[in-house]
Amino acid sequence: MRNLDPLRVHEDSVLDLQGVAVHLGGRAVLQGIDLSLRPGEFVGVIGPNGAGKTTLLKIILGLLRPDEGTVLVAGRDVRAARSLVGYVPQSFAPDPDLPLRARDLVALGLDGARWGFSLGGQRRRAKVEEALGWVDALRYADQPVGRLSGGELQRLLVAQALISDPRIVLLDEPLANLDLRSQGDVVALVGRVAHERGVTVVLVTHDMNPLLSVMDRILYLARGQAALGTVDEVVRGDVLTQLYGHHVDVVRVHGRILVVGGADAESLTCNTCDS
Amino acid sequence: MGLWQALFPAGLFTASFMQNAWLAGTAVAVLSSLVGFFVVLRGATFAAHAVPRASFAGAAGAVLAGGDTVLGLAIFSALSALGMASLGSRRDQGQTTALVLMAALGLGSLFLTLGGAYAPEVYALLFGQIVGIGRADVFAILGLLLLALIATALLYRPLLWSSVAPDVAEAKGVPRRRMEILFLLLVALAATAAVPIVGALLSFSLMVGPAAAAAYFGRSPGQALAVAVLIGILSIWFSLVFAYDTGLPVGFFVAAVTAVFYGLGRLWAYLWKIERGGGQVPA
Repeated sequence: MRNLDPLRVHEDSVLDLQGVAVHLGGRAVLQGIDLSLRPGEFVGVIGPNGAGKTTLLKIILGLLRPDEGTVLVAGRDVRAARSLVGYVPQSFAPDPDLPLRARDLVALGLDGARWGFSLGGQRRRAKVEEALGWVDALRYADQPVGRLSGGELQRLLVAQALISDPRIVLLDEPLANLDLRSQGDVVALVGRVAHERGVTVVLVTHDMNPLLSVMDRILYLARGQAALGTVDEVVRGDVLTQLYGHHVDVVRVHGRILVVGGADAESLTCNTCDS
Repeated sequence: MGLWQALFPAGLFTASFMQNAWLAGTAVAVLSSLVGFFVVLRGATFAAHAVPRASFAGAAGAVLAGGDTVLGLAIFSALSALGMASLGSRRDQGQTTALVLMAALGLGSLFLTLGGAYAPEVYALLFGQIVGIGRADVFAILGLLLLALIATALLYRPLLWSSVAPDVAEAKGVPRRRMEILFLLLVALAATAAVPIVGALLSFSLMVGPAAAAAYFGRSPGQALAVAVLIGILSIWFSLVFAYDTGLPVGFFVAAVTAVFYGLGRLWAYLWKIERGGGQVPA
């Protein structure tokens, strides 16, 4: 990968990937990934379909062992550091009659992986209440999750990920099924809560534009390779042309950024346009 | 007074076979609705339908071999559960469930034919019976219940999480596949206990009916689980009384009573909606 980050090896980095490569079915899904994320920074992960975004998340979650390289979360092996990584999944569409209230869902984020059942308890209740407050979800704390809107569910998933006090939280396409306004709301909320709590955010999305105002750095993935840096450093014609392996233009219109495949590409693509 | 005596005739509580039926029936109801709670949460009703039916082949095989039918049930329900879990694809769990079920039913029909079909005990296993439950059966069923209670108490939170939000649970260290296997083994446990009493064809209603109805009454997982167990117990008690009064099969009453509870649940959800001014009827 292109070494755009002067702090590549950082003393107190939250996430460290060194020489990570993954091969699936004889194809290199990721190769030569080196990156180091700082505490509290907001990183957007952008890239076309098949660029390796999901694979990267699986590696950080410890669900997939890379074929080469090392992955450290707060200096520890990922499998020993699971409690330090929060996760917001791509899709969550509960049945309308699921007997689960908003507060029950958030509580699972606190101790759902432990054996046995919880007898409640004052401290647990207070912690859940506090997490619901972070995402302004107290209003519907006792509603069944199956009756909530996509935006309301998204907030609960963020609270569920943050309640265990992780150092880093991964969000897999959280904006995919939301309208433009809800997208802005979710991004602002994640940015604010993570900033307040000093949590590093890794947010995967197709469109970088909703993130431009909150993102500290961007991780651009294409063809299994990555470029990490500020938007101005990475989202440039020359950098992305090398990453994609064919000519790419970066167009800025009304404060929005569009990445457009050039005439020599097999087809004209527009990765970051939204309809 | 006449109605009272017609409903609760002499011997309903005192006949020794009825005492066995009360004990075993109550234990089976608790076990079935406990497991059924997770069946409904996971939307795994087809598996809950298939395991008891597949286990029937084990009973038929036991009859043929002259062995213990409950042991046959246990072996076949566990094998079919493991088969469904290990062959299952994420895209269509129904396919493998159906294939395992068909393989088991095929074996069952083979065993029945070889063993000289229409043995009364086989008929009882299909539709259930209460008269033939001995003390040994009661203890066996209580043992199964105890095992299931310990297992669900231990697995409660991870299984709940893996059932409602499998992606997050897996990311946080609750392995999806292992939970699926453990869940299906719980279904096998419930099937082994329920089939001799309610029957292979109808034990599904005791597993899914109370839990499905409870989802409308309870708002939190704990509430829904408690209501499911309560409805399960009431269902089997009503059914035992009606079956004793009329001499009709207990499985029929279990199916009918749980269906009534489910209908009440839907009605409750509907009225709740109207009460709160929402125009939408629950789907």
